[in-house]
Amino acid sequence: MTQPADTAPPATDNGRRRRLIDHHATMWRIRAFERAAEDGLAAGHVNGAVHMSIGQEAVPTGVAAHLITEDVIASTHRGHGHSIAKGADLNGMMLELFGRAGGACAGKGGSMHIADFKVGMLGANGVVGAGLPIAVGAAQGLRLLGRAAIAVCYFGDGAANRGPFLESLNWAAVFKLPVLFVCEDNNWSATTRTATMSAGPGIAARSEALGVPALSIDGNDVEAVDEAAGRLIGLIRGGSGPRLLHARTYRLKGHTVTDAAPYRPADEVAARWEDDPIARNAAELKALGLDDDEIAAIEVAETARIAASVTAALAAPLPDTAAAFDDVQDIGRPRPGAEQGQAWSTHGAMGGIWALDRGTQL
Amino acid sequence: MSAFTYIEGARRALAEELERDHRVWALGEDLGRGGVFKQYDGLQARFGAERVVDTPISEATIMGAAVGAALVGTRPVVEMRFSDFALCAVDELVNQAAKNRFMFGGQGRVPLVVRQPIGVWRSSGAQHSQSLESWWVHIPGLVVTAPATPADAYGLLKAAIRADDPVVHLEHKALWPLTGPAPESDAPAELGRGRIARPGRDVTIVAWSAAVHEAMAAANIAAARGVDVEVIDLRTLWPWDAEMVLSSVARTRRLVVAQEAVRDAGFGAEIVATVTEALGDRLETRPIRLGAPRIPVGYSAPLEAAYRVGPDNIAAALLRAVASPAAA
Ligand SMILES: Cc1ncc(C[n+]2csc(CCOP(=O)(O)OP(=O)(O)O)c2C)c(N)n1
Repeated sequence: MTQPADTAPPATDNGRRRRLIDHHATMWRIRAFERAAEDGLAAGHVNGAVHMSIGQEAVPTGVAAHLITEDVIASTHRGHGHSIAKGADLNGMMLELFGRAGGACAGKGGSMHIADFKVGMLGANGVVGAGLPIAVGAAQGLRLLGRAAIAVCYFGDGAANRGPFLESLNWAAVFKLPVLFVCEDNNWSATTRTATMSAGPGIAARSEALGVPALSIDGNDVEAVDEAAGRLIGLIRGGSGPRLLHARTYRLKGHTVTDAAPYRPADEVAARWEDDPIARNAAELKALGLDDDEIAAIEVAETARIAASVTAALAAPLPDTAAAFDDVQDIGRPRPGAEQGQAWSTHGAMGGIWALDRGTQL
Repeated sequence: MSAFTYIEGARRALAEELERDHRVWALGEDLGRGGVFKQYDGLQARFGAERVVDTPISEATIMGAAVGAALVGTRPVVEMRFSDFALCAVDELVNQAAKNRFMFGGQGRVPLVVRQPIGVWRSSGAQHSQSLESWWVHIPGLVVTAPATPADAYGLLKAAIRADDPVVHLEHKALWPLTGPAPESDAPAELGRGRIARPGRDVTIVAWSAAVHEAMAAANIAAARGVDVEVIDLRTLWPWDAEMVLSSVARTRRLVVAQEAVRDAGFGAEIVATVTEALGDRLETRPIRLGAPRIPVGYSAPLEAAYRVGPDNIAAALLRAVASPAAA
């Protein structure tokens, strides 16, 4: 959820309780959404690659608690959580996954390209590492326009082995840009253990070497994420330049919904379920005096909210085929009916294959 | 109408757009020193280092950052130094800039311009001489411009900066010093409109960028042999002025396409195919497509020359085109 900026984690017990309850709700919203996506895929309503972040919900939840709507985020292929935590419209997201008209991306994106520009969520990305330069450029653009907002870039531990990681951190440090880089280190790069193909002492060390101060934390402790993100974002808003948050977490499910992840030792996965960030936060809430029913009610409410968006998605129509020709480009845009191989008429219809929009663009 | 150079046209266009719209900015390597060809000379001193930005040697991030900056409402002008180096930023251009608007259902717009100096220039070898326009024309979402004259270097760059689509703007390195008439107004050129560089009745030759000048020279050679050649300068490669080309060929019934780029799978093939589909049964002779052989550009003069399509072989093709069908 987007909240006012600079909301320091409250000092009072009551304030702390309130904040952890909010976090609990956000994390359940993400998990319920992803479970619905999983069910939707099994039922044949959702298609394509769906990358779930079950087990990683604490990271975007703690980070986004310090963001305002005007702040922008660049996301990864595993972007549902980032999007929901930033306050994206849930119905729009669900319609998009179901490929329906009215989806957040008009049915052009799906899970891997989920986005909600209205709340500063500039898009999930099908290319690993591609969000990094986009985030630094967004920060630079915001500064050029005199806006006070910041950019947050989520990326995986695997992405830190691609060039854009090096280039973008260097760039952000050189220009002292207001960017928070958030590495969700879930140990895995698709089906390969990231550690087996990464040289050196790790992401935080790489970041420091490029002049971007880094902080490594337990990314399954939502309170620790909240506290660390608050501190780093405070510094960034104060003009101290970019920071990197290295959040250690774990991907509890396969790389995609259809990946059973047999390459992972069962005892490893079982041990990690013991570290489920939602269960951990529930235990914390219990310690703060909430009873089991109160805690379960949060899950029930969020699950119901997601179920409603599924119902709405199932009732919605599919987009019209002609929409495939929209939003490609204005100048020289394609027209339905200009399919390959169709001969041109030289009698009056010349030039009708693409629109020039003469006069309107310049 | 005063004269100015291709380089002045480009510099003036950017300066005027920086002046006109505070959201416009330029980024690339060595811009503070004026850029490789001095096409940015004086701009950083005039507009400041925040708007004419010297970047790290990070083509992928120059392009990716421009995408992000465009998404938040600025209008970046990206300098790639040599078109060849844009290959280091292909994901950012093809998968990000060109796809963003569609993929996110129209939520985002990426109004950036990528300036890519193309073409063979002074023994610069295989990695600094390419003309890769067909790569960019092939990508839905991109607009592609290729000025051949100083006036178009000015007008098309202005149009590219004002366009709301991502534009690949191809400037030919050999044309920077070319002098020609300045345009009569400071208005941007019209994207998608070709120019009849020389009217003629016997055969149409279509070219763009530096090849226009080769085609003009070839037309003079052909004229001495009594052949009246119509030369079309496309100016914009996507969208290209099919209307102008088709109506010209409908009159001349003969087509030659000349490009500096490698001939095979080049943009010239697109023009020949389009014309053949539309007018095939009305052509007097088979269309002819000229371009470089499928070799990288060599360094030494004779090797470099082996790559070039010059006025002589273009003229020969024009003469072949007007010969009898059997000879074509
Ligand atoms: C440039 C690129 N290379 C490869 C892929 C295929 N791929 C998709 S996700 C992924 C793993 C990414 O790992 P990481 O960055 O750690 O993110 P995670 O999936 O763990 O969240 C790979 C290899 C891709 N999408 N893009």
